[in-house]
Amino acid sequence: MNVWDWNFAGQIIPALLNGLRITLIATVLGSLIAFVLGLVLAILGRGPRPVRIVVRAIVEFIRSTPLLVQVYFLFFVLPAFGVVLPALTVGVLALGVHYATYTSEVYRAGIDAVPRGQWEAATALSLPRTRVWTGVVLPQAIPRVMPALGNYVISMFKETPLLIGIGVLDIVGQVREVGGQSFRYVEAYTLAGLLFLLLSYPASLAVRRLERRRAVR
Amino acid sequence: MPSVEKSGADPMIAFDGVEKRFGDNVVLSELSFTVAPGEHVCLIGPSGSGKTTILRLLMTLEKCDAGTITVGGTSLSHMEKNGKLVPADEKHVRDVRKRIGMEFQQFNLFPNMTVRGNLVEAPTRVLGLSKDEADARAKELLDLVGLGDRIDSHPTQLSGGQQQRVAIARALAMRPDVLLLDEVTSALDPELVAGVLKLLSDIGSSTDITFLCVTHEMGFARDFSDRVMMFDGGRVIEDAAPEKLFTAPEHERTQAFLHAVVDR
Repeated sequence: MNVWDWNFAGQIIPALLNGLRITLIATVLGSLIAFVLGLVLAILGRGPRPVRIVVRAIVEFIRSTPLLVQVYFLFFVLPAFGVVLPALTVGVLALGVHYATYTSEVYRAGIDAVPRGQWEAATALSLPRTRVWTGVVLPQAIPRVMPALGNYVISMFKETPLLIGIGVLDIVGQVREVGGQSFRYVEAYTLAGLLFLLLSYPASLAVRRLERRRAVR
Repeated sequence: MPSVEKSGADPMIAFDGVEKRFGDNVVLSELSFTVAPGEHVCLIGPSGSGKTTILRLLMTLEKCDAGTITVGGTSLSHMEKNGKLVPADEKHVRDVRKRIGMEFQQFNLFPNMTVRGNLVEAPTRVLGLSKDEADARAKELLDLVGLGDRIDSHPTQLSGGQQQRVAIARALAMRPDVLLLDEVTSALDPELVAGVLKLLSDIGSSTDITFLCVTHEMGFARDFSDRVMMFDGGRVIEDAAPEKLFTAPEHERTQAFLHAVVDR
């Protein structure tokens, strides 16, 4: 038996692409949650002291526990409270919330980098609080943090295989299925690795370009 | 209402027993003064004497620890509710603040907006002007400050002097009753200073805006103001017409200060 069987490799590609679809869905939706929730956490983190303390505690707690534990927790504990969600939904939620605690720090740094004079000018013009955020502060803070957010998307993309623990058939999930049925793992895992590389590498190049463009300005 | 003037017209700005501390550091103590409507007052004195803090208190960028500040007879910190004086809410503060504009040393234009964006932002969002009205006002004011052709530029494409002119136009677009100038030429290249000061003088003589300026430009203070207040250690130590204060200052500290800054 050859180590590498081209024929077999060709046969499993559709299954792997199917897995890739799931991986991409998890990454895109998870990132959306991380982007939005992270921003909310960052803004609340600048609120009144009690709010700040609660936000801080939540962020520290989530960051100090492994993502895998959080995935299992949501999947096995939520049903005990009568909340039964599909595995992929649980996975997206866990990824999104976990990464939100990281993106919130990124946003925080971006917001802190907006000079105080900008807030003061906005106050001097009597701009409403929400408009100060949406019209002045965030449009200056977010472009600055785009590269850092991009890196977290790539990192999330590579962590989606954790979701096989709750039965989500992402790329790696498909590989295990295919491998288990045929006892051929070389082709499946090699192709899976290549798929990840094919997407992550151009993505990180894009992030690097984004960083350079910001640095030049 | 605190500090009702007996002399008739309400002052535009009134400080009454104002105190401001940063931690243990008393920046202003027992400060009382008034500025009449349309009056031009310059604050001079050494750095760290609390001049800028006065402007920042008026602009509600800082809160005072004691005393009251009124603008056009309305308190900044308190409002009347059912006949009782209660701490001012957000809306009350915004309504008083709308009458005041401020120019900063660092201009503080919004770099994410064009010049036009900077000028129409507050009039549309705060005063409720339509886009067209705000746009017309922006054009008119840019012509006034001599930058009619830069309406679609970004602030970063402008020189410091041009940015400060745009900032002046931006403040004027809100039709303020009071304009606070906080060392507006300190960050400018020396050759751009005169132009900005000339513009402010023109605005001062062609409008009835009340001006309160912190400045290190003694020539400007002399020509522009109706009254000059010399500050030191959080107190007004001399308050006089510029002709008097610059030629025959009474207080020793004023003499020393003027000697140091004028006869460089």
